Amino acid sequence: MPAPESAIATDGLTRRFGDRVAVDRLTLSVTPGAIFGLLGPNGAGKSTTIKMLTTLLPPTSGSARVSGFDITTEPARVRRAIGYVPQLLSADGSLTGAENLMLSARLYDIPRAERKPRIAEALAFMGLTEFARLLVRTYSGGMVRRLELAQAMLHHPAVLFLDEPTIGLDPIARRSVWERLQQARRQFAMTILITTHDMEEAEVLCDTLAIMHAGVIAALGAPAELRSQIGPDATLDDVFAHFAGGAITEGGSFRDIGRTRNTATRFG
Amino acid sequence: MTSAGPATPPRALAESGKPLARLSGFARHAMAIASADLLKLKRDPTELFTRAVQPLLWLLVFGQVFSRTRAIPTGALSYLAFMAPGVLAQSVLFAAIFYGIAVIWERDLGIVHKLLVAPASRSSLVTGKAIAAGVRGLVQGVIVFIIALLLGVHVRLDPLSVLGVGVAVFMGSALFATFSLLVACVVKTRERFMGIGQLLTMPLFFASNAIYPITMMPNWLRAIAEVNPLTYLVDALRTLMVMGAVSVTGVPLDFAVMGAGIVGLIVAAAWLYPDLAR
Repeated sequence: MPAPESAIATDGLTRRFGDRVAVDRLTLSVTPGAIFGLLGPNGAGKSTTIKMLTTLLPPTSGSARVSGFDITTEPARVRRAIGYVPQLLSADGSLTGAENLMLSARLYDIPRAERKPRIAEALAFMGLTEFARLLVRTYSGGMVRRLELAQAMLHHPAVLFLDEPTIGLDPIARRSVWERLQQARRQFAMTILITTHDMEEAEVLCDTLAIMHAGVIAALGAPAELRSQIGPDATLDDVFAHFAGGAITEGGSFRDIGRTRNTATRFG
Repeated sequence: MTSAGPATPPRALAESGKPLARLSGFARHAMAIASADLLKLKRDPTELFTRAVQPLLWLLVFGQVFSRTRAIPTGALSYLAFMAPGVLAQSVLFAAIFYGIAVIWERDLGIVHKLLVAPASRSSLVTGKAIAAGVRGLVQGVIVFIIALLLGVHVRLDPLSVLGVGVAVFMGSALFATFSLLVACVVKTRERFMGIGQLLTMPLFFASNAIYPITMMPNWLRAIAEVNPLTYLVDALRTLMVMGAVSVTGVPLDFAVMGAGIVGLIVAAAWLYPDLAR
C-alpha cells in the first residue's frame, strides 16, 4: 500500500443529532508526523469529530480516512492503526498500572513474548515503572493521564487521538504530559490530534490549529500565523475570541460541564 | 505508512482472514476481558459473601416454614430439597441481573470508549464479560451449594452431577449477565437501570419453577414460566443436584435453551454495545 499523503483526511464529514448539526461538512487534512490541535468552545463539535475519526460514531454523511483507511468501510483497520485517550477516565482504577497495560497488550494482539518488554518500555517512557504494581485508584491525576497515554501508545499507533489530554491537571502534570507527547512524536513518528481549549497547550504543543465553532472550522493555521492575522501583539486568546466569537467557556451542555468536573474530581 | 518507524507491531496474526485465526483472536480477546474482570473479584471478594446472605434466609426461614405446611406438592422430595436448587438459581439471577451496572459505570468513566477503539471485535468484548459473570456465579454457587448440604438436603455428589451443576450455574450467570448488559446498552444511566433491574428480578423469579412446581400454576402463569429461561436453569439444577428429582422439561432441552439464549443475547449485546460510547 502506498504511504498516505495525509495521516488524517476528511471530506465533508458531517454528524447530526436530530435537528442539531454537531459537525458540519468538515474537510481537513493532517500531515503525517504533525501535532494537530482542534480548538473550540464546548459544543463546537471537537469531541464528535474525534469520535467519528476513532470509529466510535458513524458519520451522518461525508467520509474520512485515517492512516489511509476509510473510517466507515474499514473500521477494524483504522482501530488497529490508532490510539485514543478519551476525555473521561479510561484507565481502570481497580486494576494496577501493569494490569491495565496487559489488558491493552492482549486486546491489541501484541504477541505474548513481546508483552512484558513492551509494557516495561511503556512504563519507563511514562515514568511509571515504580508505580506499576499499585492500583490506579491510588495514582495522581498526572500519573493516570500518563498511564492512559502508555495504554494508547503500547501498540505504536500511526495516529494518536487525545480528547482534552490535560484537563483537570495541575501545571506540572500538564507539562510532563506535553513533554512525553513531544518525545513520543519524535521517537515513533506519530501523528497526534488533540482537542483542547487550553491556549497555552495549543501554543506549546501544536504545529497546526483548527478553531472550530458551531461544527465548522473558523480558522486554520500554525499558531504564529493565526496570531499575525489578528494583529502584531495578538495572543491566541485574542485569536480564539475573534474566530469562536466569545469566551472560551461559553456554551456547552449541563452534561458536558458535569462530566468535565467529574473527571477533574476523580483525578484529584 | 507513517508508523514505519522502528517499531511497527506484527499484525499478521490477527489480520489474516482465516476462520481459525479469527476464532483464536476472538477467544484471546474474550479471555483478556474476562481475566481483567476476575482480577477485580479476586482482589475484593466481599460481594460474594454479602450475596450469600439472601439465599441463606430463603433456605433457613422461608424453606423451614413452608416445609411444615406441606402445601406445595413436591413429589418425593422434601420442600427444602425442592427449593434449594431454586434458591441457587435465584442467587445466580439476582447477582447477574445487576451486572450491567458495572458496564454503565465503565461508560460513565471512559473505559467502554477505550475498549471500543481496540481492534478486538465487539462480540469478543461481550463474550469476555459473559465469561467473567459465569465464573463469578460459579464461586457464589459453591457457597449456596455448601449451605444446602449443611442443611441436610440430599445433594448428589458424584463428579458428573457436580460438574453438571457447575456448568448450569456458569451458563445461567452468563445468560442473565448478558441480558443485563443488553438492558444497560439500552437505558444507559444508572438510575433507569436500577429501576428496571428491580422491576425484572421478582417477576422472573416468581414466574418460574424456583419455589413451586409449574404444575401448580394457573395456565397464564405457566405459559410465562415456560418461556422464562430461569425455569430451565432451575430444572437443570434440580435434576442434577437433588437425589430423586425428576426433570420436567428434560435436561438436554434445559441446556439447549440456555445455550441458544446466551448466543442470541451475545449477538444482540455486541450489536448494541457500541451505543454506549456515542
